[in-house]
Amino acid sequence: MAKNIYTKRDDGRKMTEVRPMTAKVGIVPSADGSASFETGKTKAIAVVRGPRTLHPQHMQNAKTGILRVNYGMMPFSVEDRIRPGPNRRSEEISKVTEWALNSVVDLTGFPNTVVDVFIQIPQADAGTRVAGINAAAMALAHAGLPMKQMVSAIGVGKIDQTLVVDLDKFEDSEFHDGEGSTDIPIVLTSRTKEIALLQLDGKISVDEFKEVIEMGKVACDDILKVQMEALKNGGKDE
Amino acid sequence: MSKFIMPNLQKEAIENLLNKEGKRLDGRNADEYRELFVEDGISKNSASAIRVRFGKTEVLAGVHLALATPYPDSPDQGTFMTSAEMHPMASQQFDIGRPGINAIELARVIDRGIRESGFIDMKKLCIKEGEKVYQVFVDIVAINDDGNLLDVAGLAAIIALGKARMPIYNEKEDKIDGYSETERIPLEKDVLSYSMTLHKVGDKIVADVSKEEEEISKFRLTIAMGDNAGKPRITAMQKGKAGTINTEDMETILKLAESKWTEMFPKVKEHVFG
Repeated sequence: MAKNIYTKRDDGRKMTEVRPMTAKVGIVPSADGSASFETGKTKAIAVVRGPRTLHPQHMQNAKTGILRVNYGMMPFSVEDRIRPGPNRRSEEISKVTEWALNSVVDLTGFPNTVVDVFIQIPQADAGTRVAGINAAAMALAHAGLPMKQMVSAIGVGKIDQTLVVDLDKFEDSEFHDGEGSTDIPIVLTSRTKEIALLQLDGKISVDEFKEVIEMGKVACDDILKVQMEALKNGGKDE
Repeated sequence: MSKFIMPNLQKEAIENLLNKEGKRLDGRNADEYRELFVEDGISKNSASAIRVRFGKTEVLAGVHLALATPYPDSPDQGTFMTSAEMHPMASQQFDIGRPGINAIELARVIDRGIRESGFIDMKKLCIKEGEKVYQVFVDIVAINDDGNLLDVAGLAAIIALGKARMPIYNEKEDKIDGYSETERIPLEKDVLSYSMTLHKVGDKIVADVSKEEEEISKFRLTIAMGDNAGKPRITAMQKGKAGTINTEDMETILKLAESKWTEMFPKVKEHVFG
């Protein structure tokens, strides 16, 4: 087997270390709930509007409110300008995010309504979908909607033969040597540590994958602390 | 998109049979696949076009190559695109028009699997660096949806690529003059991976779901695995739906995926490269 070449991270982080995080709720005054979540240079904001009456009427569900997620990168969030509006990538991320959040949000008390979650990425340095989910979970809690548990999200990866958490842009998309880069976004529920979102691209053995989940659990606990702290502080200024 | 109507009685019947006897309405065991059927030569006008069926779920997939300008960040490589159409002929739930989220997700999962694994040797699809390359299109059209379109479409895509012929490039007129009878497009055969989607229905993890099982499942997890010196290695994953996966289910899924892969992969390889 070839020698593992990825033994040190450019920014000096430990392999299991999440980038410095900041989180805040109440960043959009007119919204029912809002939050920002930053990890390293990746910034996400999330806004919750609703429950509000869902139109068109035929989409309403008389048994429960529905959750609708819209994820997007801002045109200036990456080096090559992104054309505004939905694309295949953003639509898929919106859907997997919606599934992940739906697993903990309970809208049965709000029949015929919709809760809209808008996630926007002002600056991207990999891990935008997980940052967006961390922000969105906080925004939902900030909106006071019933949630069975919190969710926290982390990107775990395998760079050459080394397992790492919270990949930056270099690790995520610019590292191609050795066994290359495998990116695994994971969302875990806060109490039962069940998997609410899981995606993977790359090459990884079944045993390594099991370790990835364990690393994800540890990282998600760190993230959860930051989320809860921000929620406790409410919309107050520092 | 009109909603799939599923009587509660039928839902209970499916779940009870699985929970109590580990059986499915069509008599299959929880981990049993429907019979696979592959037919080549659907269209003579493309690089390849095939039909794949798992039971009654059927898709057509075809490959085309066109001349294109390379992307600035990879001037010496061909380009690749997958698109999927959930045609209204395939199901009461599909509508005409722009691809919906299901078609987008399906196309993206398949596209990523092929692209990230490096299955197509893109460097060999370069005609003139920085100026001209081949663009590979994989187009998937659902013909009949009786569940598990993800796996059927994924399999169809790799088989269509396996059978795709090289275009004949007419340099003078700068166009493609049909396809070669003998030469196939350059593929990295070693990195072929095969994807399986497992659903949680009732209390059981179920493979190759029917339309009804798909409708009532709590979550699904697609796992693609390739060959690493005879052992399966995970190359892609995608979880779908709002249900969560606990540790025990994850164990079951990984074990099932490993054993199914070992059973199916040789057959898949035969279809792709045979």
